[in-house]
Amino acid sequence: MAQIIIPTPLRKFTNNESTFTTKGATVKEAIADLTTTHNGLAKHILDDQNNIRTFIRIYVGDDDINTLEKDATAISDSTVVSIIPAIAGGC
Amino acid sequence: MNNTQESANAREYKNTRTRAHDKIKILPQALEVMQKDGIESFPNECCGFLYGSETDVRQIELAVPVVNSKEGDQRRRFEISPLAYMKAERFAIENNTTLLGVYHTHPQHPAIASEHDLAKAMPYFSYVILSVIDAKVDDVKSWRLYDDKRAFYEETVELENFS
Repeated sequence: MAQIIIPTPLRKFTNNESTFTTKGATVKEAIADLTTTHNGLAKHILDDQNNIRTFIRIYVGDDDINTLEKDATAISDSTVVSIIPAIAGGC
Repeated sequence: MNNTQESANAREYKNTRTRAHDKIKILPQALEVMQKDGIESFPNECCGFLYGSETDVRQIELAVPVVNSKEGDQRRRFEISPLAYMKAERFAIENNTTLLGVYHTHPQHPAIASEHDLAKAMPYFSYVILSVIDAKVDDVKSWRLYDDKRAFYEETVELENFS
């Protein structure tokens, strides 16, 4: 089963677990599995239309899903999916 | 909104909230890395990840610089690439440590969290800001976001060997 790495700031919604194992066959299914199991996560990852928020990036392995098939990107048992918040700022 | 107004707003908001944590200890080796990065990057902003442990007090044990990937003028902006962030989370898992926050510099500006910092901040993380004035680190402050993301509160920073 594929593994999702939970970013540190969102681990309070996963009982402090750093990873989540999913049976999802696509990124969309995997995220749905994650946010259904840990429903406090949903509003931080998905917008009102259930799309991935613009300031959240999803990587499959080392690749941004926006360069693949977006949330229809297929995942396998050996896939590592990363949820990545935008980090930026300045004075 | 300028920094003074923003800080006043944050202070007013803070009075209505309860803080989960309010102290952060930065070990000398981590501070040294941040100071060196800030000075060498001046007049541009630099940035990096902060790792450590958390019991009663959040303790920063390791600072790791990363490339400021902001395109264009980096004197007042920083950005960390998604790939760098992904590697930082993996590093933490592989090394049994915790990614506790991000540092960056404010060249020729105070170490006050700005509206740009607030716009993309995440709860839980400590945002350590070093004010670098004329290529010298002048001040170090740390900021943390309330859970509802409306404002930062300032953490009490405990430093050793800072002068």
